[in-house]
Amino acid sequence: MALLETKDLGIIFGGLKALDDVYLKLDGGEIVGLIGPNGAGKTTVFNLLTGVYTPTKGAIRFCGESIIGKKPYQINRLGIARTFQNIRLFKHQSVLDNIKVAMNQHMKYSAVEAMLRLPRYWKEEARVTEKARELLRIFNMEDTADQMAANLPYGQQRKLEILRALASNPKLLLLDEPAAGMNPTETHELMETIRRIREMFGVAILLIEHDMNLVMGVCERIYVLDYGTLIADGTPDEIRSNEKVIKAYLGG
Amino acid sequence: MNFITQLLNGLGLGSIYALIALGYSMVYGIVQLINFAHGDIIMVGGYVIYVVLIMAGMPLWVAVLAPIVVCGLAGVLIERLAYQRLLTHNAERISLLITALGVSIFLQNLFMLLFKSDAKNMPPLFGSDVLEIGGLSITSSTLINIVVSVVMMAALQLLVNKTKLGKAMLATSEDAGAAKLMGINTKNIILLTFAVGSMLAAVGAVLYCNAYQQIKPTMGNLLGLKAFVAAVLGGIGSIPGAMLGGYLLGVLEELTKAYITTEVTDAVVFAILIVVLLVRPTGLMGKNRKEKV
Amino acid sequence: MGKLKKKTGVYYLVNAVLTAVLFTVLFLLISGKTLNNYWSGIVVLVCINVVLAVSLNLVSGILGQLVLGHAGFMLVGAYASANFTRAFVTNGSMSLYVALPIAMLIGGLLAAVFGVIIGIPALRLRGDYLAIITLGFGEIIRVMANAKFLLPVTNGAMGLSVKTFSSRTDPGAIFVFAFVVMVLVIFISYTFGRSRHGRSVIAIREDEIAAEAMGVNTTYYKLFAFVLAAFIAGVAGGLYAHHIGMIDPSKFDFNRSVEILIMVVLGGMGSISGSVISATVLTILPEVLRGFADYRMLLYSVILICVMLFRPSGLLGRYEISLPGLVDKLLHRKGRAKTEEA
Repeated sequence: MALLETKDLGIIFGGLKALDDVYLKLDGGEIVGLIGPNGAGKTTVFNLLTGVYTPTKGAIRFCGESIIGKKPYQINRLGIARTFQNIRLFKHQSVLDNIKVAMNQHMKYSAVEAMLRLPRYWKEEARVTEKARELLRIFNMEDTADQMAANLPYGQQRKLEILRALASNPKLLLLDEPAAGMNPTETHELMETIRRIREMFGVAILLIEHDMNLVMGVCERIYVLDYGTLIADGTPDEIRSNEKVIKAYLGG
Repeated sequence: MNFITQLLNGLGLGSIYALIALGYSMVYGIVQLINFAHGDIIMVGGYVIYVVLIMAGMPLWVAVLAPIVVCGLAGVLIERLAYQRLLTHNAERISLLITALGVSIFLQNLFMLLFKSDAKNMPPLFGSDVLEIGGLSITSSTLINIVVSVVMMAALQLLVNKTKLGKAMLATSEDAGAAKLMGINTKNIILLTFAVGSMLAAVGAVLYCNAYQQIKPTMGNLLGLKAFVAAVLGGIGSIPGAMLGGYLLGVLEELTKAYITTEVTDAVVFAILIVVLLVRPTGLMGKNRKEKV
Repeated sequence: MGKLKKKTGVYYLVNAVLTAVLFTVLFLLISGKTLNNYWSGIVVLVCINVVLAVSLNLVSGILGQLVLGHAGFMLVGAYASANFTRAFVTNGSMSLYVALPIAMLIGGLLAAVFGVIIGIPALRLRGDYLAIITLGFGEIIRVMANAKFLLPVTNGAMGLSVKTFSSRTDPGAIFVFAFVVMVLVIFISYTFGRSRHGRSVIAIREDEIAAEAMGVNTTYYKLFAFVLAAFIAGVAGGLYAHHIGMIDPSKFDFNRSVEILIMVVLGGMGSISGSVISATVLTILPEVLRGFADYRMLLYSVILICVMLFRPSGLLGRYEISLPGLVDKLLHRKGRAKTEEA
């Protein structure tokens, strides 16, 4: 069974077909790219997958279960986590707290236990804080734990957003232009990070990216969107030599 | 027959709500701010009429024109002094709302200090004849209210849809950033929106004084609240919606007064707000605005 | 982690000791009549206003939503609890000492019910609607309290007399209740802010869309914070009623809601200690400056606008002043000074 499968997925905004007939299929642990010119509808795909928009037609199955009509937080709890094109961190919370917000769903104490600071509060907080620090440690961000998220340099903010998504313990990670605004060194580091995430956590990754070095470098398969429809899919080599893709990118 | 009279009374009251609702709706459409001080602009208009007509004894036409001018200026002044800095700095929404609230409290308390907190009475501005039309008895104020509100709405539609200025307003409300790039001076457009909204509220104040002949510093609270409910009911951001919402709310209120009890009218209005927000948050004629992700 | 918990333990101890000292001093001053009735009344009022400000801070500061009808929840709590004690203390089935806590709880619960009814439609939409809906609620609940069919419960504008402790034989009683409630509310709101629930609420303030994408049930947590604040305001209403002994709807008007909001805004939205400080100062100041009453709201509104224009984060921003932290600093400074001498 595929981890994620969409069939005939489409959405209409004010009479305009933003997406039409999108078929995607991802297996567990795959790294897949979603590329296409600006305005092709890539982020809209993410918004449909995460429940921000409800599709006008088609089906989305995650682990064999339909997720259409579910709210974003429910979908996240089922195992899909995402990052955003324009970084959306909890700016005035600490780096550690940003991570812990995503882990909240895995903590087991009630509001009353929290407000009265009963033993389970201490136990669970200690457990999750340790886990959050561990996550930061793996990706060399431990020394930023107590900084305010807004004060991190740009590249680290991007990274923190990925770690935050990872902290919700997903089976599928959606990355929306993770390399946007990064210099080549940072991009290279990001590629390493993406590979490590898959190795260590076994998550599948679907990523939107304009940086072709990154896409061709890490993705095993690639889908290409243009004007809201899929025009190609295949391995990086197949995509590189695909006539339709070249045409779409050159604007022919 | 009695029912039709109530209906007309409701339309008369609704006309006032509609004129105030237009101001809420226009300002909201352009800067997404619920301007709490808008209700108090009517109060300011009411006191201008009182000062001009009763205290200074000037002729009626001055008492009609003066509030329109003063309220228009007040609207501009409020935008300039209180909101402009926050709008250009992209301040947090809650800061804008609190500022609007501050302006509202300021106006109320200023007028309380100037004129004391008790109600002031004045004669009906345009007489209080009761007209008999086909067996229906209608007060002249009801008729005037309906006619004036329809004329104002038509004028506003013309301004927005047919003039360059109106098109600039529409563009600013659609996408302020893009409008700026197209060479529209959005700062001035926002100022102008406040001015027009406040002038419409002043017309509402004239109609209110003519129909109810009583003003007090806190009158803007409930009046503003109800007009806001009207704007939400019609669909905030929509001009015809604000008018429709105003009329509907006025009629509902009069019918509640006539057939249920006066005491629960305000609660009924409030219940309408809650039901609309639950069932159709965009209102009857509103557009859906969703934050871009 | 063990170190952190140990440090927290020390902080608890210091806070507990300082609170106990403050309580004892005030209690002795009030029960020993060193403070006259007027001033001990103001001390109680400070406690009540702190409770109100801290509770409003839960929604306006931590959740970042404007609420303009806090006095409405107070009103509900005040009338509910007043009717309870009128019924059970008058017929002698309970002493006020037992009845008051139950009455406050009932007042809080009823206010929470109103909070749910208003919160569900309002919180589904953008923040502005919550502001206007709570404003509407506050105004209409006050108008309704004057309605004829509710007169048996509210006695309308004539005012409802409420059972109180005798200021002659038992001057310290209401203070004890007010102080205990205040300490509880401060404690709970502090611990709430540092729990998974509180972090979720703060995340919603920071970025609602991101919070929801990270598995935070935003509707639930918004409602949670809002209803918790309504509950506390209801409890405070109960306290207030049994403190002043005579309530009428005009005591819970829009101005009252605004006063509480001003305390939160000036103190710094999101800061509990800021709310405590500004609630204390703004309660005492008008009593000290006589003749100020007429201009109070005018001045407040100007301050409100200026703070928003020039320092929107308020006095303390989102920072907290911690008493043990201060003590710690003082001790360390002394310690350092000594070593330097040596």
